[in-house]
Amino acid sequence: MKLLVAVKRVVDYNARIRVKTDQTGVELANVKMSMNPFCEIAVEEALRLKEQKIAKEVVVITVGPKSSQDTIRTALAMGADRGAHVLTDAPLLPLNIAKLLAAVAKKESASLCLLGKQAIDDDCNQTGQMLAALLKWPQATFAFKIEIDQAAQKARVTREVDGGLQTLLCGLPAVITTDLRLNQPRYATLPNIMKAKKKPIELLSPEGLGVTLIDGYKRIKVEEPAKRKGGVMVASVAELMDKLKNEAKVL
Amino acid sequence: MLAFGRWSRSACLQTILNNARGAQTAAAISRNSDYAQITDHDVAYFRDILGDRGVITDPDALQPLNKDWMGKYEGKSQLALKPQTTEQVSKILKHCNERQLAVVPQGGNTGLVGGSVPLFDEVVLATAAMNKVISFDPILGVLSCQSGCVLEQLDNHVGEQGHTMPLDLGAKGSCQIGGNVSTNAGGLRYLRYGSMHGNVTGLEVVLADGTVLDLMSTLRKDNTGYDMKQMFIGGEGTLGIITKVAIQCPAKPSSVQVTYLAVPSFQHAQKVFQKAKQHLGEILSAFEFLDHHSLIITLKNLSFIKNPLPDTQTPIYLVVETSGSNAEHDYAKLEKFLEEAYEEEIIVDGTIAQDSGQQASIWALRENISEGLRHAGAVYKYDLSLPPNDMYKLVEETRARMKHLPVTVVGYGHMGDSNLHLNLSAAKYDKEILAHIEPFVYEWTADKKGSISAEHGLGQMKPECIGYSKSEEAVQLMGKFKSLLDPNQILNPYKLLPKKNRHYKPHKDGHATAVTH
Repeated sequence: MKLLVAVKRVVDYNARIRVKTDQTGVELANVKMSMNPFCEIAVEEALRLKEQKIAKEVVVITVGPKSSQDTIRTALAMGADRGAHVLTDAPLLPLNIAKLLAAVAKKESASLCLLGKQAIDDDCNQTGQMLAALLKWPQATFAFKIEIDQAAQKARVTREVDGGLQTLLCGLPAVITTDLRLNQPRYATLPNIMKAKKKPIELLSPEGLGVTLIDGYKRIKVEEPAKRKGGVMVASVAELMDKLKNEAKVL
Repeated sequence: MLAFGRWSRSACLQTILNNARGAQTAAAISRNSDYAQITDHDVAYFRDILGDRGVITDPDALQPLNKDWMGKYEGKSQLALKPQTTEQVSKILKHCNERQLAVVPQGGNTGLVGGSVPLFDEVVLATAAMNKVISFDPILGVLSCQSGCVLEQLDNHVGEQGHTMPLDLGAKGSCQIGGNVSTNAGGLRYLRYGSMHGNVTGLEVVLADGTVLDLMSTLRKDNTGYDMKQMFIGGEGTLGIITKVAIQCPAKPSSVQVTYLAVPSFQHAQKVFQKAKQHLGEILSAFEFLDHHSLIITLKNLSFIKNPLPDTQTPIYLVVETSGSNAEHDYAKLEKFLEEAYEEEIIVDGTIAQDSGQQASIWALRENISEGLRHAGAVYKYDLSLPPNDMYKLVEETRARMKHLPVTVVGYGHMGDSNLHLNLSAAKYDKEILAHIEPFVYEWTADKKGSISAEHGLGQMKPECIGYSKSEEAVQLMGKFKSLLDPNQILNPYKLLPKKNRHYKPHKDGHATAVTH
């Protein structure tokens, strides 16, 4: 079985971000970038499926400018077999990504597409779902546990939903998106980091894949959320009660 | 055999033999009757200055202030004060000096040699309420603040303006900058940013008699007279109470890389260090080591710690960090260094953290070894400076020596600074165990001309051991200086200087006061 895992290069989740003074976006110069944490979980799950001999090959794909390739290298260092990079400067909208991934999934004859449930920079939570619709494949999102039955060509996926856990049984090929508690990604170890340098990364383009990208929406303004007002120290319980009753009006 | 301090070494031995529980308890030292006892009049006077909020007499509230972080030392203070301003500190000390009341300055109370807790009924002067940042000059990079500011909060504050504090240690969430300065704290980035002696540009100190000594300056260079502030840096609160600090902060590196490496032996680790200096010299910001025993004890006792290399087991592991201004360049340098080291087989395996989460995870392992040991039971802690070739030899010899005892010997530390943290973990404190450790460890260290306290200081744990690393004449001069600044010996008594170098004055009222315990 061939697995296609999509990864995205995003601002590191611990990095402090600042809005640009012209309010057109977020300051990205000199900010630490890393693989989207949910994508990392997807790569880890793919590697585990390979270790269980369920998957034969793990192909990692990313879409974006030249710098996006770092993320492929990281995935290869974790143990993925080869990479694919769709080089484009176009805005990374979920629909565009989904169209490109669909084209590559068909090209690679992938049996399973693994994606992170959402990217932490735009929080869209749309790409996996759109990809499944474009491919006309079943989708199991927010995966908490994945079990593949190769003989029956089915996937049993337990997903985290608001009310608890829900288990779905779907046929393969399918699209699965990962949630936080699915696994804990491994560290990339030295021998693999060095091997990764020799693993091939195929360069692709939207035109080459026969995909027309849309412009989508136009970003008008980006601004910081209103600053939180400081707390007030009170001297006694009586004062606290007074403030809760008369100022905050919650009692 | 060392020429100096033979008599001071036997004083150390005597103290060690006196220790019933392996901890220097009050039973081994008696309360000096030259100090007065607190009266209601004193408490009323302090309430006048500080208000009710600044005076703590409740036994429950006093308990955490009387006990040190390790739970090894416990004092019997019945009064703690929380001033908010330098003026208040001045008034408090003036009064205590006149009354001959002993005072223990206390910051975050995270010290590891019992230097920040009372032994008897000393008044605790807590700086926690003196937590205002005064200013930060982003061009000079100098931060001015009150001494009670918590290190981590200061780091966040200057971080917003593209700078970082020049020191970092596991206790950063609790320790205060005043305490860091008073103990000349070292920490994880000492290798890169150097000591407090170099980074502190100014101090405001209140002396024992209440005099406010203004040495606050944000200047990088000032050769006008003796640099008095240096005496208070590392003075452990025995020469004055630091109320303000001005400290030089370096620019925050935009690219930090953290690696965790498995090496086949300590000798190999030294080769890795040499290679690291060659390849990474200007960007190297930390070089720490831990042995397999440290790893196991930490993983076993702290569930939130992950093993970065679960499939590899070697005797020694390294945490190597680089800090620079260009991620691409730094990563390339690091890769080249690691490839070479791997090819030469001086490292067996390793990992480069791929995101900040992995970086934090690798550091969490190293920074929490102390915490892991604390959870495991009783800890005998030794902080030593040793020549690089001897560093791990001591761990191995100690381990062999303790073979027949229920003790785990672990070694970790700041390899880049030649600073070993030798720790022995036992179920509980036991004098037989202690007898096997001391004075063996101190004598071994003195023999190699090392320091018996590289960065932790002397506190109440090691004053009588000062002779292992300092000459007779040096200690005598320290005693004279102490007497000059604090003739009534009220500041942090029973600490740092050995008993014979603390020159007490009889209590003003002439008659001795009763011992309180």
